[in-house]
Amino acid sequence: MTATEVRKPARAGAKPRKAPLSEGKRQERKLGWLLCAPAAIVMVAVTAYPILYSFWLSLQRYDLKFPDERKFIWFTNYVTVLSNGYWWTAFGVTMLITVVSVAVELVLGMGLALVMHRTIIGRGLVRTSALIPYGIVTVVAAFSWRYAWTPGTGYLANLVSPDGAPLTERASALAIVIAAEIWKTTPFMALLLMAGLALVPDDLLKAASMDGASWWQRFTKVMLPVMKPAILVALLFRTLDALRVFDNIYVLTNGANETSSVSMIAYNNLMKGLNLGIGSTMSVLIFLTVAIIAFVFVKLFGTAAPGSSDDGRR
Amino acid sequence: MENRDRHPRRRRARARVLAAGAAIALLAPLAACGSDDEGGTPVLNLYQFPVEKMQDVIDTCNQQANGAYRIVYQVLPRTADDQRVQMVRRLAAHDDSMDILGLDVTWTQEFASADWIKEWTGDAKSQVENGTLAGPLASGMYENKLYAAPNNTNVQLLWYRKDLVPNPPATWDEMIQDALELKQQGKAYQVLTMGAQYEGLVVLFNSLVASAGGHVVSDDGKTAVMDAGAVEALQIMKKFATAGVTAPSFSNAVEDDVRLAFQTGSGAFQLNWPYVYASMQSDAPDVLKNVGWARYPGIDAGTPSITTIGGSNVAVSAYSKHPDQAFQAALCLRSAASQKYLAVNSGQPPSIEAVYDAPEMAQAYPMKAEILDELKNAAPRPRTPAYQNLSTVVAAQLSPPDQIDPERTAASLKKSIQDAIDSKGVLP
Repeated sequence: MTATEVRKPARAGAKPRKAPLSEGKRQERKLGWLLCAPAAIVMVAVTAYPILYSFWLSLQRYDLKFPDERKFIWFTNYVTVLSNGYWWTAFGVTMLITVVSVAVELVLGMGLALVMHRTIIGRGLVRTSALIPYGIVTVVAAFSWRYAWTPGTGYLANLVSPDGAPLTERASALAIVIAAEIWKTTPFMALLLMAGLALVPDDLLKAASMDGASWWQRFTKVMLPVMKPAILVALLFRTLDALRVFDNIYVLTNGANETSSVSMIAYNNLMKGLNLGIGSTMSVLIFLTVAIIAFVFVKLFGTAAPGSSDDGRR
Repeated sequence: MENRDRHPRRRRARARVLAAGAAIALLAPLAACGSDDEGGTPVLNLYQFPVEKMQDVIDTCNQQANGAYRIVYQVLPRTADDQRVQMVRRLAAHDDSMDILGLDVTWTQEFASADWIKEWTGDAKSQVENGTLAGPLASGMYENKLYAAPNNTNVQLLWYRKDLVPNPPATWDEMIQDALELKQQGKAYQVLTMGAQYEGLVVLFNSLVASAGGHVVSDDGKTAVMDAGAVEALQIMKKFATAGVTAPSFSNAVEDDVRLAFQTGSGAFQLNWPYVYASMQSDAPDVLKNVGWARYPGIDAGTPSITTIGGSNVAVSAYSKHPDQAFQAALCLRSAASQKYLAVNSGQPPSIEAVYDAPEMAQAYPMKAEILDELKNAAPRPRTPAYQNLSTVVAAQLSPPDQIDPERTAASLKKSIQDAIDSKGVLP
């Protein structure tokens, strides 16, 4: 990200590429660095420090229950976690939730974005009401889902199976978690996609329909390519977000019947098990997963913040 | 432009007032935290799970203290996990606003090993030891030192239907046999107890292991053992779960499910804590008429059972600013008078033996003889600082109980328990 931003003034400014920057440009760049320095320092302080500290903890046997046994053990914790069945089960559950929920959200979000974009009457009302799920605190929403799916107190539990408790069985519990995630974050997806829709020039659509393109052709051949940067950003944001799923699972099943996500089991080992070594190892592994996914999106798919460069809109 | 430069001083002054205001607003709550000692009387914060009528006991103690201290009750959440996580997070951060801690019996070793609670010594220690039942007292010990004073205690009893079973069974085999006979006769036959994947399943397992004379961990809590007695316990559990005498919901049942099922009359036997008596008194007097109670069944005929101790202890935080007063206050909170009051008013069996002789107890605890009998020879749960982890993995591997394969389950439990003790265990 930083690389693109640094490159930008150079490319936009000097016409002969290699020509040295003018005095004014150099001053401007220096000022730019000075202006963003405070923000950059704060960022480093609040993100780099905890990351390095967790990494440091992950190399130790450090269990609050046994403070005297603390010692440096290199990568033993990584071997322990990576050879453990619970970790891989949770990893699989997390991936399943991420892939399914993001895919469904993309389709539903696109539909919602089109509706919000096209509505003429009561546009404010439509947009506001579509955003309500996103505005509700996840834990609160999760509790209302939990009660709805609990036999006896809920209206949904007996609708699906007359005498079952859907939250106590693995497949149905996971489906409920995914549904709650989708319900909650589809509006966010729609919002990001709507920003992309605003980039599609009306003239282009009109020209396409003059050429006889059907609605579907206009959507796939004109709108989607123009929206690509926005779609990729939306996917990246939501994938990273879904990967850290915690609150819905914590409230709905608390990880029972192998429904824990990686964040859940990191929490269980850190907070309940007081095992800072193993717990930090999991945190570092989650961080690495997030970093790899972000790398794939940015480098391979060419995701960039909309408007940060011209690459996407060529 | 002109406007902006006209009153630079006034503007700056206003900004300063704003900044000062913001600073005060930010610091005020901190200042409030710091000054919790009002007028020289040290305030002691008691962090404890919710107990009915606890405030009465605290008020009495505060009155008796006569200005030496004032206890303030900070009520923790309802579930044990939430209570523990909240206390542990504060203790790990060396929070000095916690003074007296109400601990589940299984947390003593963990908190003591982490140096979060102070050892009881001298006069306070002898006051605790004096007259306290051996089983509960052992739950407050870590490495032969007293770290927590027993408050209330608890043991499960066998509750049975006198109209269906004339003589209560003494062993699990007899109980299963009785249930099968009742089933053949088409009568209510089920043996109801807790089998869900949680602490209750670990309690069942622990009682069986102790009754069979086995061990889950070594006495110093450093090595996983899982000896022949533990394997025998697994065999009984498997036999019980597959004999066709349990309720269909056995593998999902917790205390209240069991209590309710027995109250509706669907079971002939119930293995549960004494609180079910008070509940039957108010909710199912018709069933209660025919209910008897007996010692928890054992494994071998002739060897009485050894059952798992429940209940809670009281400890003093290592970070307390007033440890001496905290020990005195803790002594008052667990005194015989306090225990008697809570036993009669909130159904918590006392840990001081003499309290059972009080006349009020006969009415609230008609089964007190059986409770005392079990308490005098009861089993603590595996005593290791890693108990929380141990319990999680044991519950996970024993659930559902009908899938137990005694030898194999024992071997795999031994490995995961050792991992938990060595901080290598990963919690699900």
